[in-house]
Amino acid sequence: MSTPQPPMPQSAAAEWPAAPGAAPSAPAPAYPTYTSPIPVVRTHLGHALASEWTKIRSVRSTMWTLGVLVALVVGIGLLTGLVIANADPDLGGESPLSLGFFGLLLGSMCLITLGVLTTASEYGTGMIRTTMVACPSRGRVLAAKALVFFLVAFVVTLVCASVVGLLHVSLLEGYNASEPTGGEWLKGTVGVSLYLALLGTLSLAVGSIVRHSAGAITIMIALVLAPLVIALFMFSPSLSDVQQALFEYSIPNQMSIFYANSLSESGPSGWDPLWIMLVAAGAALGAAFALLRKRDV
Amino acid sequence: MIEAVGLTKRYGDKTAVYNLSFQVRPGAVTGFLGPNGSGKSTTMRMILGLDNPTAGHVTICGHPYDKLPNAPRQVGALLDAKAVHGGRSARNHLLSLAQLSGIPARRVDEVLGVVGLHEVAGRRSKGFSLGMGQRLGIAAALLGDPQVLLFDEPVNGLDPEGILWVRNLMKALAAEGRTVFVSSHLMSEMALTADHLIVIGRGQLMADMSVRDFISHNSADFARVRTPDSEPQQREKLSAAITEAGGHVLPEQDGALRVTGLPLPRISDLAHDHDVRLWELSPHQASLEEAYMRMTQGAVDYRSTVDQKEGLQQQLPPGTQPPMPVPGQGQPGWYAPPPPQQGGQPFAPPQAAPAGPYGAPPAPAAAPAANPYAQPPQAPQSAPQSAPSAEPTKSEDAR
Repeated sequence: MSTPQPPMPQSAAAEWPAAPGAAPSAPAPAYPTYTSPIPVVRTHLGHALASEWTKIRSVRSTMWTLGVLVALVVGIGLLTGLVIANADPDLGGESPLSLGFFGLLLGSMCLITLGVLTTASEYGTGMIRTTMVACPSRGRVLAAKALVFFLVAFVVTLVCASVVGLLHVSLLEGYNASEPTGGEWLKGTVGVSLYLALLGTLSLAVGSIVRHSAGAITIMIALVLAPLVIALFMFSPSLSDVQQALFEYSIPNQMSIFYANSLSESGPSGWDPLWIMLVAAGAALGAAFALLRKRDV
Repeated sequence: MIEAVGLTKRYGDKTAVYNLSFQVRPGAVTGFLGPNGSGKSTTMRMILGLDNPTAGHVTICGHPYDKLPNAPRQVGALLDAKAVHGGRSARNHLLSLAQLSGIPARRVDEVLGVVGLHEVAGRRSKGFSLGMGQRLGIAAALLGDPQVLLFDEPVNGLDPEGILWVRNLMKALAAEGRTVFVSSHLMSEMALTADHLIVIGRGQLMADMSVRDFISHNSADFARVRTPDSEPQQREKLSAAITEAGGHVLPEQDGALRVTGLPLPRISDLAHDHDVRLWELSPHQASLEEAYMRMTQGAVDYRSTVDQKEGLQQQLPPGTQPPMPVPGQGQPGWYAPPPPQQGGQPFAPPQAAPAGPYGAPPAPAAAPAANPYAQPPQAPQSAPQSAPSAEPTKSEDAR
């Protein structure tokens, strides 16, 4: 930006670096022009982030989906914890953190819904045209949406998972439950929250590609459930490998790996699910960026 | 300053806009007219960088829209009043837009005050009426205090007070040296607001001229001459004299004469020379609506027709006349009297034909040549069970 600027006729224009592709010698205007007294600033991603934060906090669907998420995760976690504690069980050295899995599995639907709505609802209402007129760099808008949503989803899921984890550990103390290690705590809270936030970001990208709320939510729920359902009906022995892979790489099983109670011994393990979801969300976002640039709004 | 050069947009095999070139200058309100589906909104979307042109380009102040430094501070647009998330309050909607373009948040309350929505700023826009939605859209357009403003149908759904406000707002914005580009279907509104017109039909430029030029190019100015009702021979005498002097005379229904081709003083002189008294001698300029209808009648894609209610209607009693269709229904040419300069046929002699609304001439039943799109006047006869239309003076015939 150190290139010498051609003298611009408008006083406001002098603050801007010459836009690429602009005619180097703008003809002096023969007509009167209006110059706003409000200072013109150069916008960047920070502005888009502030705007998307205002958007996501000012609609009820956010409150509803996140409220249901909290209710599901904490409520189901509390229920399972109390029921098991009352039954006076022997956990056989299992980590009590794994009981948080059921609530988060159901809660993932809320994150999928919110992720899709963050992008697709703008297409449904026509708001996207207003947004794109206010910010012609379309990629910036999508990046801001993805970042704001990811952070909101991660923080809310992390808080829920931590609360439920602490609850279970304190409720089930003394029933032959193992004390969770630091690594288990990390995977059972931060790991699974990152995974679910990325799943939501994948939904956000699908919403931007499909541009239709109901359609995108259906696709995402199918993505979560279909592999398990399809695998259930693969009776033929020749398909057993496929069946196994579908079980192992289905999203519920990937989530359970964070609690180290996978359906099978082979397949992904450790932090693998996080990397799988990171690649999937990244690819979907890349496709969404490319399509956003190419398509008409 | 908006400049379009060879703008073309195709959707599949349908060409929405073809080779459109025009300039919108600052300091004036420029009206953007065209029938439904003629490509107005597509053009506006291309100006705003929402749609990519298939060919050609459009620039604002010399830059394509997406290359403008801080576009919303340069250009404000109202495209569609419903283009908001209904679940968000008016203030939060505007706040998110202000944040996106680095506009101070206090500006939000300023524009809410300007459009008169400050009392409902906290309410969700889902519950807004059409007029309130339009005001919210105008507030969003004004948010960046831009020097170029685009409005697509801004007065849709506004009350009379709102229409007057928008009209004055447009003029005030243009007077400050801004570029104001407005599309509308309300011709009377355009005639009052716009200084300049750009008219498109079927995606192509049809006119780019001032409102005054547009009207005089597309309609005939005429003089109305009235001689004493009691002396029809005076009327005949004057008609003959005017025709002899090179003017054209069309009798009007109520006995007045419509004269074209001669200036007013010449008509007065002729009357004086032939010893004819005049009760009226008045200049008439066609309305923008008439001029617009004449220009675009060949470029209308969606045209209404008479509702035939085929087979659903009782047979008319024998001997009764089927009612005349209401002018304007299914015969769009009624707006445009045939141009007398082209030797158009005179109007049918005064008969029971109903007068059109707005005091326009009656249906030009005798001038099908001037209007190839008009329905043949015999159409109702050929369908004897045709509906008794809503024509009030004839409805008793149909019973």
